[in-house]
Amino acid sequence: MTETRWGRAVALTLIGIASFGSLLPIALAVLNAFKTTVEINLNPLGLPARLQWENFASAWRNASLGPSLLHSAELAGLTILMVCLTAAPCAYVLARQQGRGWRFLGFYFMASITVPAQLYLFPLYFLFAKLGLVNSIPAVALIYTAMLLPFAIFLLRTYVLAIPKALEEAAQVDGAKPWQAFFYVILPMMRPGLLTVAIIVGLNAWNEFVIAVTFLQNDNNVTAIVKFYSLTGQYSTDWGEMLAAAIIIVLLPVVVVFVLLQRRFIEGMTAGAVKS
Amino acid sequence: MWLFALPAVLINVVIILIPALLTFATAFVVWDGVGLPVWAGFANFQRMFDDPVFWSALGNNLVWTLIFLTVPVIMALVMAAALLVAPKGRLVVQCVIFLPRILAVAVIGRISQGMIFSPVTGVVAWLNEHGFSIADPLADPDRSLYAVAAVDIWHWWGFLTVVFLAAMRQISIDQIEAARLDGAGFFTLLRYVLLPGIQPTLALMMILTVIWSFQVFEFIYIVTRGGPAYGSEVLATLAYRHAFFEGDIGQAAAVSCVMSLFGLCATAVYMRLQIREGAQSA
Repeated sequence: MTETRWGRAVALTLIGIASFGSLLPIALAVLNAFKTTVEINLNPLGLPARLQWENFASAWRNASLGPSLLHSAELAGLTILMVCLTAAPCAYVLARQQGRGWRFLGFYFMASITVPAQLYLFPLYFLFAKLGLVNSIPAVALIYTAMLLPFAIFLLRTYVLAIPKALEEAAQVDGAKPWQAFFYVILPMMRPGLLTVAIIVGLNAWNEFVIAVTFLQNDNNVTAIVKFYSLTGQYSTDWGEMLAAAIIIVLLPVVVVFVLLQRRFIEGMTAGAVKS
Repeated sequence: MWLFALPAVLINVVIILIPALLTFATAFVVWDGVGLPVWAGFANFQRMFDDPVFWSALGNNLVWTLIFLTVPVIMALVMAAALLVAPKGRLVVQCVIFLPRILAVAVIGRISQGMIFSPVTGVVAWLNEHGFSIADPLADPDRSLYAVAAVDIWHWWGFLTVVFLAAMRQISIDQIEAARLDGAGFFTLLRYVLLPGIQPTLALMMILTVIWSFQVFEFIYIVTRGGPAYGSEVLATLAYRHAFFEGDIGQAAAVSCVMSLFGLCATAVYMRLQIREGAQSA
């Protein structure tokens, strides 16, 4: 019994340290966003004398965050739409069809999950440059779609596998064509899966860096993350303002959605990782 | 039926497969991205193998792989076991340690530069004022890679914990209770019951770790750009630099090919694991 109690004490201590460590940098960023640069320089860990709400106003204005947040939203929305539209039917056939060709297609998508961006990034960039597709948000949404499709297909496939086959067979006996069975029977039942996919795809599109920084280079299409990145150098001086911008870009939108839908986040991001 | 899969396949082929094949072809030409490519045979590879930065970048990828196969895995295993024995408030703790995973790397990178490592405005500055003499690790070629790795571990390990905990909860309660009745302590339980119980999940995460370690880019590019003095350069940042800062696409493609070759070996193992599992569940 003492053994158990001791073990529990160790466990609780570890949990405490870990939670503290996970929150510390975030808390530090929030704290410093309310301080003047002088205060940060004097004591990075100290409390602000007065809450500097002006940091948020000047970050919003100087970084022109408004338009860049809209670009990010547009990019994320387009990507979600394209991934859901193309992954759902593909997941359906991969779950239902047997045979060599389909199995090969499944392996192909599985392998493409592990392909690094550097393997296709360079030719793609110069190809898009020739076609005038650099600095186009829909073109970047197409790249994101390709990157996130395999994940979406495998997640949705498990949802299709859980739907009894008898349902579509009944629809087909009633004279429904395959696309009708998919559209009216399967798709409505995939809704929870599609919501999870939408959340994870949206998060990835919102946070993505490499493709965004390479393909979207001017103020008419730059995303919020890249805007933030390019405004702040390693030895930036106005940290208060910069951190305020960071909070507007990630901490608020992403964390709010995370807190509301954390189960779906965790389900979607750990999908396929847990083996029985 | 194949019409259902057509849009997905088409997008994948146009954006990933064809450009990937073009990368292989580009590795054998000299090209600045604008003019006409000129056939170069193995010259790009020759130059790459003669470049000491290539070898140190490859070494850094190996160091990175070793760090991520051990440090976050051990942290996550211990933490998952702790959450298993002390389940009170587990849901909240899971959310808290998972949180860093959903924040944008660009923002985490900037926060780590300014608020943690900076000798003027960071925790490092505070420590220096309070009797610890620590130089800015990001300015030191020998330590910058480890400093960036620490930030990535902070970002990554909570996710790993959640995965391990989910796997541990599939182990039968009876088995855990029996071990506890036999007097097994925390680490004995972890070593002899929990670890074997989550072995398939552990294997998968280790393989994915190897794959991702050879692709690591964002954290390093954002925090140190591979510097100082190429101290934290990895293959992905080296390839990016060749392509977009030096306009040497052929050289970039050669580095990408080597990088993908390492990934390919790990991917083969990953596919075997996934296919074996698929066969079992079918």
